[in-house]
Amino acid sequence: MNFKRIPIQNANNAELLRISQEGLLSLNLAEMQAIQSHFSGIGRDPTDVEIETLAQTWSEHCVHKTFRGLIEYIEDDKQPIIINGLLKTTIIQVTEELNKSWCVSVFEDNAGIIEFDDTHNIVFKVETHNHPSAIEPYGGAGTGIGGVIRDSLGTGLGAKPILNTNVFCFGLPNLNYNQLPKGVLHPKRVFKGVVSGVRDYGNRMGIPTANGAILFDYRYTGNPLVYCGNVGIIPANRCQKKVVHGDAIVVIGGKTGRDGIHGATFSSLELDDSSENLGSIVQIGNPIVEKKVTDVLIQARDLNLYNCITDCGAGGLSSAIGEMGADFGAEVYLDDVSLKYEGLAPWEIWLSEAQERMVVSVSQHNIDPFLEICRSESVEATILGKFTDTQKLQIHYQNQIVADLSMDFLHHGIPRITKQAVWKKPIHPTPNFKRSKDLTGTLHKILACPNVASKEWVIRQYDHEVQGGMVVKPLVGIENDGPSDACITLPILGSKKGIVVANGINPLFGDIDPYHMAASAIDEAIRNVIAVGGRFDRIALLDNFSWGNPDKPDRLGGLVRAAQACYDIALTYGTPFISGKDSLYNEYRDTSTGEQLAIPGTLLISAISVIDDVDKAITMDTKLAGNLIYVIGQTYDEIGGSHYTAIHNFVGNSVPVVRPKTGKQIIQSLNHAIDHRLIRSCHDCSEGGIGVACAEMAFAGGFGMDLDLSNVPRSNQTNADDVIMFSESNSRFIVEISPENQTEFENELNGVVFNKIGQVTEGNTFLVKGVAGDKIVDTTIDQLKASWQGTFNW
Amino acid sequence: MAKPKVLILRTAGTNCDYETDYAFQLAGAQTSLIHINQLINNQVALSDHSIMAIPGGFSYGDDIAAGILLANELKFKLIEKIIEFVDKGGLILGICNGFQVLVRSGLLPRITPHQTNQQATLAMNTSTKFECRWVNLQMDKNLSVFTNGLKNNLYLPIAHAEGRFIASDKILDQLEANGQIVFRYTTPDYPQNPNGSHRNIAGVCDSTGRILGMMPHPERYLVRYNHPRWTREHLPEEGDGLAIFRNAVDYVT
Repeated sequence: MNFKRIPIQNANNAELLRISQEGLLSLNLAEMQAIQSHFSGIGRDPTDVEIETLAQTWSEHCVHKTFRGLIEYIEDDKQPIIINGLLKTTIIQVTEELNKSWCVSVFEDNAGIIEFDDTHNIVFKVETHNHPSAIEPYGGAGTGIGGVIRDSLGTGLGAKPILNTNVFCFGLPNLNYNQLPKGVLHPKRVFKGVVSGVRDYGNRMGIPTANGAILFDYRYTGNPLVYCGNVGIIPANRCQKKVVHGDAIVVIGGKTGRDGIHGATFSSLELDDSSENLGSIVQIGNPIVEKKVTDVLIQARDLNLYNCITDCGAGGLSSAIGEMGADFGAEVYLDDVSLKYEGLAPWEIWLSEAQERMVVSVSQHNIDPFLEICRSESVEATILGKFTDTQKLQIHYQNQIVADLSMDFLHHGIPRITKQAVWKKPIHPTPNFKRSKDLTGTLHKILACPNVASKEWVIRQYDHEVQGGMVVKPLVGIENDGPSDACITLPILGSKKGIVVANGINPLFGDIDPYHMAASAIDEAIRNVIAVGGRFDRIALLDNFSWGNPDKPDRLGGLVRAAQACYDIALTYGTPFISGKDSLYNEYRDTSTGEQLAIPGTLLISAISVIDDVDKAITMDTKLAGNLIYVIGQTYDEIGGSHYTAIHNFVGNSVPVVRPKTGKQIIQSLNHAIDHRLIRSCHDCSEGGIGVACAEMAFAGGFGMDLDLSNVPRSNQTNADDVIMFSESNSRFIVEISPENQTEFENELNGVVFNKIGQVTEGNTFLVKGVAGDKIVDTTIDQLKASWQGTFNW
Repeated sequence: MAKPKVLILRTAGTNCDYETDYAFQLAGAQTSLIHINQLINNQVALSDHSIMAIPGGFSYGDDIAAGILLANELKFKLIEKIIEFVDKGGLILGICNGFQVLVRSGLLPRITPHQTNQQATLAMNTSTKFECRWVNLQMDKNLSVFTNGLKNNLYLPIAHAEGRFIASDKILDQLEANGQIVFRYTTPDYPQNPNGSHRNIAGVCDSTGRILGMMPHPERYLVRYNHPRWTREHLPEEGDGLAIFRNAVDYVT
């Protein structure tokens, strides 16, 4: 016997939970009971292959129980409300209401699909690989990027991957070793490992990595976040796929080993110092195998040699074949799986998350040509069985049936559970620190904050030029080292139509209110796209929630708030969500102190758009002395969650909010002004406010700048210089205008709040006059740049 | 007149094939992307082509050392055909990983035409890491047929971890004397010399002038928009890299 039966028919509740826990199944009692009742009904115990299949398929990672289940939500002691599917009623809902004709496929396939030009569509997906990266940063991050690339390859009939984007959140890089929780790798080691992992995988795949962000907070020490994203391009007539019953199930790419077993269920566990002993949960990557798979798949796709494709990710063959065969049934022979080494139990073969594998559904008459293409480029390809019409998942191994599961039970048998969520607005101590009149030192200090500081050390380790189309690069300006707001790539060489990609993320705002954190992240991602010239009416968004344990009502309450903002803001802005992902249970228990460390609820919003004529793209570096500097958008006294407040060790309460109606007008007007070539440079005003945005524009451009804060458009009560300089109010941009375009520019912005606040100067001085007319910043762009570059000058 | 045929060699881990292909098409060639298995199995004949390009990438993962596995395939399975191809006037261009392959297979610098032992190497950058950045290049007076009429100062991106050109002083002196040094970084200082190459060498040719290898990527600067500062500088529509491809195509036409 190569398989075991799991005795659950007569188990009591305690035994059911023990079976789940010992098997690393992450199934709760209700789910174990549903399995018990199903198998009691058919009069036998499940095999290990069956129960493992159910655990993978029903895992939070694969089925998103929290986002799809019922939530009883209590806000600020009001009456509880029942949310019937958080994802469906917020993020999917807004996309349905917006109903954009250019959205080709949303929330269905492995990635979202939108239109690009007459003959091509764009696919885009971002996901996380947090738990594996905490245990083994290099391997976890590398297979994170490897996995999301396979999402593009597994979307439609396969997209060619053309761009990577990565966002990381780490503990503080200079953390004292005695503050490190037991069993945790130092944040600097995690940082370096993750960057190396992404570098080695992305570069070897020949995909440019040209956009991203890196943030730091003590609470990410036990649970670093690794968001990996990939954009692909696909012929418009290759976006539909359908398994045909009778098709052969073919696995191509890597061999199967005992690596990455239980990855899907592992992601539903909180971590502690014993996590690294859970076995071989971290996958092992080999980018060249994936590159070979990509090369042959694109050829086979263009020859129409298969009907359907998906990637082998979390849950391995179990998920891939289980999903593809969900409507029909599948018959699988595990003996035929190509193994790295002998000795795997059938459930291990079936669950292994060995990397670089894709499952393809091939018509019988196309099998030979398909296998021939694989053979011609030395790519492994194995027929494992076929898709049937039995409505059953039947798995054979050494002449025995090791699993015989009803597809209906597998995909629809999971009990829906109700989770409790509570949100209560926290009240943080009112910031109370000595406010200095001269802000020169403060500006330097914020520029040197790890979140704001230059990431050139990282960016240059990624090949951002490969494929020859990166026309707005991550580093711009006179010395190629200023921080670009977004990247633009030309996916089809010879065409001037580009793809624009940017991100928005600000977990500090979430400490005050996750609603405004989410709203601000959307606003920021959109601002970044707009700042380089991307089309506002073609922006699609992705949501990626990384949160603590959703079984704890306070954590889930914040998640609900954030999702609600996604609906509200995206609706007014007219920016649909096309795909997304969630990673929950990001908590760490220090077993030596008993302390529980949860990450701050973190929402990454990724935005993608197009630019019809890349010649109209602009960058953030100032271009010419004598040009005028304007701020667009109103500044409010919103220093809660700002970097200014944070460097004084406060959080505050006045979180920046998004006023979507005015925000939309601002964005539309600016979008037109850029399209009419009225703007020489434009920079998103976010972390560090006007002060940081202007300083970055000045030193990236190599010119000085004179600013007068008295001219900054602002709300009535906003008169303190430090607030005007560093408030992180949303929907604001800094732009540079040639004097000859001044009138036309001002006309174009008619109806929105804006004002001229200074000019670009010859030389290198950076001067800011306060509201009262006195000099509050007096420094040079060289010094500002040195502060900004000094933090990660590794 | 028929367009000259360019064979763009692919294998596991090749990844600059699309833009190299595009560059040769812009230069007026007829191109085909050919997997090395097709050459080894005689499904495609190198002799049917006028130019072979070995694009950048990470052939076979750069396992052991950059380019060495592909270099060994060339050396042990195809070397006679390649030598014959060059002897009959064919051109070979190796960019980045392609340069590493040519050096490790002994096809560069080939101080005498019948020499195929390895005479130089491309070692780990002195910065010890992969780096992607734009660099200024100076052209030496050289033998190469790829550089006719090329302007003296080129600006091109590099992206590599193993690009430090190393050879003995004797070899380096001979290369200089023969006009085999084609491109140099403009100063010895990091990051203008991004990898610590001896004598700032960025590209070399063989003694016939018909094989060129270079670490910088000419296929990544074909049009104005590729330049990192195109939004702030007045630049010609054509990028600095295109002339190299056009010279190759013109030479064999």
